[in-house]
Amino acid sequence: MSPDRPQTLFDKLWRAHRAGPGGGEADLIAIDRVLLHERTGGVALKGLDAAGLKVADPRRAYAIMDHIVSFRTGRGRDDSRSPGGEAFITETRALAQAAGLHLIDTDDARQGIVHVIAPELGLAVPGVSLVCPDSHTCSLGALGALAWGIGSSEAEHALATGVLRVMKPAQMRVTVSGTLNEGVSAKDLALYLIAVYGTAGGKRAAIEYAGEAISALNIEERLTLCNLAVEFAAFTAIMAPDAKTLDYVGGRSFAPQGAAFEEAAKDWSRLASDDGAAFDFEIQIAARDVSAQISWGTSPEQTAAAGGRVPDNADMRALEYMGLERGDALKGLMIGGAFIGSCTNGRLSDLQSAARVLKGRKVAKDVRAVCVPGSQSVQREAEALGLAAIFREAGFEWGEPGCAMCFYAGGETFPSGTRVVSSTNRNFEGRQGPGVRTHLASPALVAASAVAGCIAEPSDLKHLTGGANA
Amino acid sequence: MREPFIRHRGIAAVLMLDNVDTDQIIPSCEMKTVSRKGLGEGLFAGWRYTVPGGREPAADFVLNRPEQTGTSILIAGRNFGCGSSREHAVWALAEYGLKAIIARSFGDIFYGNCLNNTILPVVLADEDIDWLSVFAGGTKLEIDLERQAVTSLAEPSWMRRFEIDAFPKRLLLEGLDPIRLTLKQKPEIDAFLEADRAARPWLYL
Repeated sequence: MSPDRPQTLFDKLWRAHRAGPGGGEADLIAIDRVLLHERTGGVALKGLDAAGLKVADPRRAYAIMDHIVSFRTGRGRDDSRSPGGEAFITETRALAQAAGLHLIDTDDARQGIVHVIAPELGLAVPGVSLVCPDSHTCSLGALGALAWGIGSSEAEHALATGVLRVMKPAQMRVTVSGTLNEGVSAKDLALYLIAVYGTAGGKRAAIEYAGEAISALNIEERLTLCNLAVEFAAFTAIMAPDAKTLDYVGGRSFAPQGAAFEEAAKDWSRLASDDGAAFDFEIQIAARDVSAQISWGTSPEQTAAAGGRVPDNADMRALEYMGLERGDALKGLMIGGAFIGSCTNGRLSDLQSAARVLKGRKVAKDVRAVCVPGSQSVQREAEALGLAAIFREAGFEWGEPGCAMCFYAGGETFPSGTRVVSSTNRNFEGRQGPGVRTHLASPALVAASAVAGCIAEPSDLKHLTGGANA
Repeated sequence: MREPFIRHRGIAAVLMLDNVDTDQIIPSCEMKTVSRKGLGEGLFAGWRYTVPGGREPAADFVLNRPEQTGTSILIAGRNFGCGSSREHAVWALAEYGLKAIIARSFGDIFYGNCLNNTILPVVLADEDIDWLSVFAGGTKLEIDLERQAVTSLAEPSWMRRFEIDAFPKRLLLEGLDPIRLTLKQKPEIDAFLEADRAARPWLYL
């Protein structure tokens, strides 16, 4: 490629990390930071040991406990939420220590979900490349990082060599023009995109999100939007860093400090797509067309407007699992569970939007409602700001940080057949437990539904009368 | 050195659903130890057994049918292996005895995980998947990686070519370990890192 040809943001990041040819059409891409968690990272470290290989640069690798740590108050360092899960925690810890990796353990004040703490700690900053054996690593593109999810074998490869062999993906730009409507969140925008274009809509491309509506999002909202790119079959998602990004990154512990930050910020100012840069695919969305969304099926693409109905051509297998029929209204469906948390919507602003709905209200009888902050930092801030008290007084359980009820790993969950409104990312059959019927939605919609006892938007609650919710 | 993949003949099973995610292929609760082993039993556990966590085969699940004994090729729909990056899904398929998956399309991470575990992921056109879904269940197919061809042994006039990138094809055919291969490029990688240290000093503090 000639240096004069306009480049995309992704082109620039790719070029900056290209360490050599990778065979065939692949490149060797340098990996600045490898993130591991106990569910898929421990087995990678074990695999390296078995192959007689060493971590090339342990200072660039971070082991973090999040997936199956207990979310019960007062948990011990090894306590798991699933039977036998302790071994994943203790073995990953021992392997990480032996290899000399950074370790962010269960009882570390920095602990939390990988994709929540990587931005908090300044591990994810503009211009760096990060991989993690976890599909939601694409979240971190929100900061202008080149970040994507891999398997455990690829994690071994990155750890042992400092690079990965990767084919440069196609590129897509999703431009969201205008302003999102009041009460419409980044989660709604992500679900809308997947509902309209399907779970294959991302075409295995690196997706750059652009447009006024994207610039208007705060960093946490951007992380939510990029988080769901993997449910859209994207290679990853990315956003050009701007003043908000710099403001967010400055002063975080693993981010460059002082003069180094100024120097880095100069580099980062070039991280934007040039005028006239070519994309393989373009999608244009008018922000005003997006309304609050909720999924009705067993794939994120099976999603409709919260005020809508199950479509007339809905997949019968999904409907059978979900206990629904074509044409059913989504609002008013009785629920038995509500969950707020996860790498999608477990950040402070997510808890704030739910707390605004919950303040002075109570969770409906027969609804089990659980909130698990995405990190200990989020938890501390939520407690300091009085959000935890609002959740507790409303009748929510308040958990210790981790992935918690986003996915079932054995152990505690909702009973089979329970309809659950969840701020998470996957509504697959059995994802939250055998027979559990997951509806994906924004934290505000989860909170409103928990109060109403049925699928509801916050604006519906004023119609409720009687009891604590009057 | 790994077991190479050159050509495979085996019985095909049809699982004609779209968006079969890795939570279905291996539910998280079936990931019981920090290991690549011991996962075959948990393959498709939510569909394969009569009750959650149980081991009594569900008669209506395709792999449990008598004509599917010894199945080593799966015919699947769109976006097979989407969802979680867990390589455990591929380890479970491999331990069960699956050697190849022919689908309309694959989840990206899953596709790479297959290549790293010598399971051949093959993408065919919709009409070819349609044909296979009707005629190939319980019959033998041959997959020839060198020729990039799938042939029905029951209906040998049915042969379709498939695409695969040259480099992963070579790795599979020769049974090469990608990590060892990359380590041979260490001088090149070290030179890059040295130049990068000068270009991005802020990352090397």
